Amino acid sequence: MKYVDEFRDGGLAQKLATAIRAEADPAREYAFMEFCGGHTHAISRYGVTDLLPPNVRMIHGPGCPVCVLPIGRIDMAIGLALARPEVIVCTYGDCLRVPASDGLSMLKAKARGADIRMVYSAADAVALAQANPAREVVFFAIGFETTTPPTALVIRQAEALGLNNFSVICNHVLTPSAIVTILESPEVREIGSVPLDGFIGPAHVSTIIGSRPYAFFAEEYRKPVVIAGFEPLDVMQAVRMLIRQVNEGRAEVENEFTRAVTEDGNLKAQALVSDVFELRRSFEWRGLHEVPYSALRIRARFAAFDAEAKFDIAYRSVADNKACECGAILRGVKKPTDCRIFGTVCTPENPMGSCMVSSEGACAAHYNYGRFRDIPVVAA
Amino acid sequence: MGEVKKGYVRPLDLKQGRVDMGHGAGGRAMAQLIDEVFARAFANEWLGQGNDAAVLPAPAAGERLVMATDAHVVSPLFFPGGDIGCLSVHGTINDVAVMGARPLYLAASFILEEGFALADLVRIVNSMAAAAREAGVPVVTGDTKVVEAGKGDGVFISTTGVGALPAGRDIGGANARAGDVVIVSGSIGDHGTAILSQRESLAFDTEIVSDTAALHGLIAHLLELVPGVRVMRDPTRGGLATTLNEIAVQSGVGISLEEAAIPVHPQVEAACEFLGLDPLYVANEGKLVVICAAADADAAVSALRAHPLGTEAARIGEVIDDPNHFVQIRTGFGGRRMVDWLSGEQLPRIC
Ligand code: SF4
Repeated sequence: MKYVDEFRDGGLAQKLATAIRAEADPAREYAFMEFCGGHTHAISRYGVTDLLPPNVRMIHGPGCPVCVLPIGRIDMAIGLALARPEVIVCTYGDCLRVPASDGLSMLKAKARGADIRMVYSAADAVALAQANPAREVVFFAIGFETTTPPTALVIRQAEALGLNNFSVICNHVLTPSAIVTILESPEVREIGSVPLDGFIGPAHVSTIIGSRPYAFFAEEYRKPVVIAGFEPLDVMQAVRMLIRQVNEGRAEVENEFTRAVTEDGNLKAQALVSDVFELRRSFEWRGLHEVPYSALRIRARFAAFDAEAKFDIAYRSVADNKACECGAILRGVKKPTDCRIFGTVCTPENPMGSCMVSSEGACAAHYNYGRFRDIPVVAA
Repeated sequence: MGEVKKGYVRPLDLKQGRVDMGHGAGGRAMAQLIDEVFARAFANEWLGQGNDAAVLPAPAAGERLVMATDAHVVSPLFFPGGDIGCLSVHGTINDVAVMGARPLYLAASFILEEGFALADLVRIVNSMAAAAREAGVPVVTGDTKVVEAGKGDGVFISTTGVGALPAGRDIGGANARAGDVVIVSGSIGDHGTAILSQRESLAFDTEIVSDTAALHGLIAHLLELVPGVRVMRDPTRGGLATTLNEIAVQSGVGISLEEAAIPVHPQVEAACEFLGLDPLYVANEGKLVVICAAADADAAVSALRAHPLGTEAARIGEVIDDPNHFVQIRTGFGGRRMVDWLSGEQLPRIC
């Protein structure tokens, strides 16, 4: 794992921090949004904030797939598993704890007898279906562009294997449309209320879609985008590149993550995805409301593997907890500590909103890694 | 124990046989199982008496009794470096030993699932007996129950241990004071990673083996050279992070760690990276956390390093004043963050 250490070198970090301090103009404030939960995690996990000057602020964006999943979608899976004993719902670990309706989550539904299981990959879900021919295995698929190709692959596999007890609830969402929504949201457009000076573009997502889809933001909205890897040094390097663009009045797409991201991305994966999925006209995101053309559904040709069609389950929108500020937090308008119930009513053990669920969520990241900053601690 | 006349009883088929409900029903089959599997493996004067309880001598005058109990459920039952049997012996010995006590006796209770292979049971019991013998802590009484197929996970083992605490010794989670030093006896995360590497759905190739071990020898050696140790704990489930949070709350202090000083084997680090886990939260079964006065720190580290179970011992942080009882860490990267209680189970990341 030596190659990882290179990107976490404390000495290099200090040098980069000095360079950033030298380049940041003390007369102005910089606010950059890291769109992706992986970056939020890296920033919190390595304490990157401590290495940035106080006038450079990082805003956590909506890039945690678990956080943006609306309650109603989880209800669909729970409802199905509770109503039909023959169904095994399986999904990635973090999904299990997301709060849903009636005080339930998948984990709590499991305790009530629903057969809900954690899998580590889409391939595990297919294996589960093969191992349980007398049951119906439903894979609750979530994630951005990164996790979409594996889902497409298992649907094609299931078809090739002639598996008739496997289907997917597809909740895959698309990054670029979410960024547009943030930029289009009234608070963000209103100059001054959320001064967003640029974006750190996602790492893994960009390995699939390439850097080209971001060109539009840079041009249309005059916001620089720097695509960066998930290592803390990547994040700091990206911040430095963003500061430089802002200082020079440029708004371009730059690629810090050239070791993995190309302009076009992974064309094979893209072809696979478009073979199996098509755009949904609209999809509700937690915190962002309905976002047009922001998610995927399974094409009619693969309807046999579409759990929504197979079990005739429909989506019903459910309002978030009233006190919850997740929406404003996901749009970068508020900080976790601006929420009245942060850390008191809403904690990682008992999340009220989605941002408190995954360690990549803004609220959970601040609660787990950063809340000591809110309260001064006396050294011995 | 069962009084079974060997000549008239067909011996258990320890190669092909399986546990059935009869083995827990209290009749002949149970007596036979106890006799041929448990009593044979654990063989000692107390167990051999076959009474419902063991009669044990009182500890020396001035000594106090220390008692701990632990239920063991692990999947898989056999893993690189050990199995549920030796684990159940080590875990309980360690719980007694970290109080500064001399572990004396163990009790063991087994919950077996109908259908469990007797050969596997024998393997587990033999490993347990070997661990107990090696540690010099006999299993003096026990119990067996059988549950229907599907209601257990092969085998659950619950062990209870008693030990004797010398007069005047006071070691406990509430004793840490600001200015004290935090030490670990070696690399962290080995056990949990070894277990994960064997999970059916994860199975990855690695040379990581569990660190499962009885720590009373190491502890005795440490206390001989540094009698003033304030806190000892074995950071099992929940890992180092959870243990330190417990101590911070119990003692009403904060703890500040240096990430770069915490020993983690590169293979464990790589596996955790791959699974999206933090080694600070991964279980250990043969490691010790020690908190002592700063003046004793060097002596404690060298005492630990002089013992085969503590060769990688390191000083990893200090106790600070903090009314919030937070555990903080200076990351290798140069920033600070909290090392909080784990919320829920540590689950691999998806993205
Ligand atoms: S603290 Fe909880 S309720 Fe408030 S915004 Fe965060 S997740 Fe939502």
